[in-house]
Amino acid sequence: MNIVENFDLYAPRLINKKELLSSGHRACSGCAEVLAVRLMCKALGENTVIASATGCMEIASSMFPTTAWEVPWIHVAFENAAAVASGVEAGLKALRRKGKIDDRYVKVVGMAGDGGTMDIGFQALSGAMERGHDMIFICFDNEAYMNTGIQRSSGTPMGASTTTAPAGKVSSGQKTWKKNMPEIMVAHNVPYVATACPSYPLDFIRKIEKAKSIKGPSYIHCFSVCPTGWRSPSHTVVSMGRLAVETGVFPLFEVENGRYRISPDMPKQLKPINDYFKPQGRFRHLLAEEIDTIQEKVTSEYRKLTEKARFLKTGNE
Amino acid sequence: MGKRVGLEVTVAVAEAVALCRIDMAGVYPITPQSHIAEHLSTLVADGKLDAEFMTVESEHSAMSAVIGASGAGARSYTATSSQGLMLMHELLPIASAMRLPITMAIANRAVSGPLNILNDHSDIMPQRDAGWIVVFAENGQEAIDLSIQAFKIAEHKDVMLPVSVNIDGFQLTHMVEPVEMPTQEDVDQFLPPFVPHATLHPARPVTMGAFAMSDYFTEIMKAKDEAVKNSKKVILAVWDEWAKMFDRSYKPVETYKADDADFLILTMGSMGETAQLAIDELRVKGVKAGLVKLRLWRPFPFAEIKAAIKNAKKLIVTDRAVSFGGPGGPVFSEIKSALYAETRRPAIYNYIYGLGGRDVTVHDFVGMFEKIIADTGNVAADTYEFWGVRE
Repeated sequence: MNIVENFDLYAPRLINKKELLSSGHRACSGCAEVLAVRLMCKALGENTVIASATGCMEIASSMFPTTAWEVPWIHVAFENAAAVASGVEAGLKALRRKGKIDDRYVKVVGMAGDGGTMDIGFQALSGAMERGHDMIFICFDNEAYMNTGIQRSSGTPMGASTTTAPAGKVSSGQKTWKKNMPEIMVAHNVPYVATACPSYPLDFIRKIEKAKSIKGPSYIHCFSVCPTGWRSPSHTVVSMGRLAVETGVFPLFEVENGRYRISPDMPKQLKPINDYFKPQGRFRHLLAEEIDTIQEKVTSEYRKLTEKARFLKTGNE
Repeated sequence: MGKRVGLEVTVAVAEAVALCRIDMAGVYPITPQSHIAEHLSTLVADGKLDAEFMTVESEHSAMSAVIGASGAGARSYTATSSQGLMLMHELLPIASAMRLPITMAIANRAVSGPLNILNDHSDIMPQRDAGWIVVFAENGQEAIDLSIQAFKIAEHKDVMLPVSVNIDGFQLTHMVEPVEMPTQEDVDQFLPPFVPHATLHPARPVTMGAFAMSDYFTEIMKAKDEAVKNSKKVILAVWDEWAKMFDRSYKPVETYKADDADFLILTMGSMGETAQLAIDELRVKGVKAGLVKLRLWRPFPFAEIKAAIKNAKKLIVTDRAVSFGGPGGPVFSEIKSALYAETRRPAIYNYIYGLGGRDVTVHDFVGMFEKIIADTGNVAADTYEFWGVRE
């Protein structure tokens, strides 16, 4: 089944054929993150430097002495991808100004998982965004510490069972609501914040291209389905991402200079979250009333977002 | 010839670093380092230094940013102290493994707790095994000279390692000293532009900081060890060149009246000058006392240390850091270990002193000598003592 309508028609014209993340990496089968990173590289093109946090993608793509990266790439540690990226940006800026390197524009990109963005990498990211570096930071959010074995993070959704917040006789898994990272980035007053998901490749690419075109800091929060950690079939990874969007669990939107826009791929009517929860082992233990509570939250959060899109758009125009 | 000026040492260090035409500095304020950062920012703000000056949100990010900038091929600099250095700790071995020629000033300060802002060496000692080249300055002039030399050593194609220049907090950093500031022309002649081996640029894409498991890790560690050991040749050559150009010589181990000395004391950093006065005082009294100053901590100068102390009967090794429940202070442990295979070696005493800014006077050094000279049983040789502690 081709889930994206007319994808075969558009893809060759809209997607860069050059592969900058080569095959042969060690990602799990059905990994949405590697799919997203591949598309990200296509959208960014060759004039890119990537600073990656420690995590699944770093391990899967850079096993010495091999590398999957066809663009300049650096990994230093877990919590500092944004700081490293900001240093690369500053270094290149100085060298270009002083005529020590080619006079060409290079986009610096920091990337990390949800832990490397929302937990341990939070401070470095906040600092880099506040300093206004010309860089993109992309969070590949698979909603737990998958690389170390599915431990909970502040990106883990309420009710999900993980290895450090497991469902048990007296526990329903994650006890806290997912940290709203895109809104925290909006609060940094950066020129561009977007959410994206590789299940919507054209929307994803457009947002990366948009971020690339902005001189200054931008943030993209990419939803990355993880069949290994979510206990969902690996062949359903693309449809699972679409269900997260269609249920409003992970709405697609962008915020440009404070103006909100709901992405055109969002449905008029959200599906019930259970459509998305049901195929995933991590939510299997949830009782009907627990799902109802989460449904209420998802509905109200989505309403808040649409209100912002309506109000902030009108208010500014 | 440079100009004789009276400058606070931190300001002088910042001026020296600016003469090195750095491309980037990433710093976070911490006492007693802050004046280096402040003065660098002033030089950038006044258009006297063309560099990206990054005021990051932590020392961890300072080192991360400097690693990124150095990876991009920029001559990159940072400075820190104490807690800031401890926060950077995670990244120090990564910088050296990536063979990035970063230079860093450390305004040495006691590590908390309790919180203390004054001088000792408890910040640098835990960084011993990070794979950095580590040098200690004794006075303001050395702080300037070592700061400039550091870039040349770090960036040499046979070295490609980070260097830290240790400058005792307050006791050196905040002194106003008469120093000779090299001219821009001289520094330009001494220090060629940085030509990196590989950079983060799309002109030639490379992967830096790859993941390596057991099949390569040991080889990478051995390679780094060889690199640190081999750096000594370049360090010596750079110091020779410096002596020729600036008429100030530098050696891994400096000695003062040590050749015929029966009793020696070994110091690191700013304590050397005070100890020197004690040696003069003891010599007047007819005591054959001498001083050994360890300037190069990594790579450890085994041959020079052995040569400097081989004729002594008794040796005092002073430490400004504690290895709690261990075999003595870190310098003491290393010196003892270096002498293990020697058939002729002095009895060694270890005094831990000057912690958290505790003042050390000429009188203290004289007292140490008197104590070891009087010791006939050699009982103290296997242990250590906190000098001047109230019990």
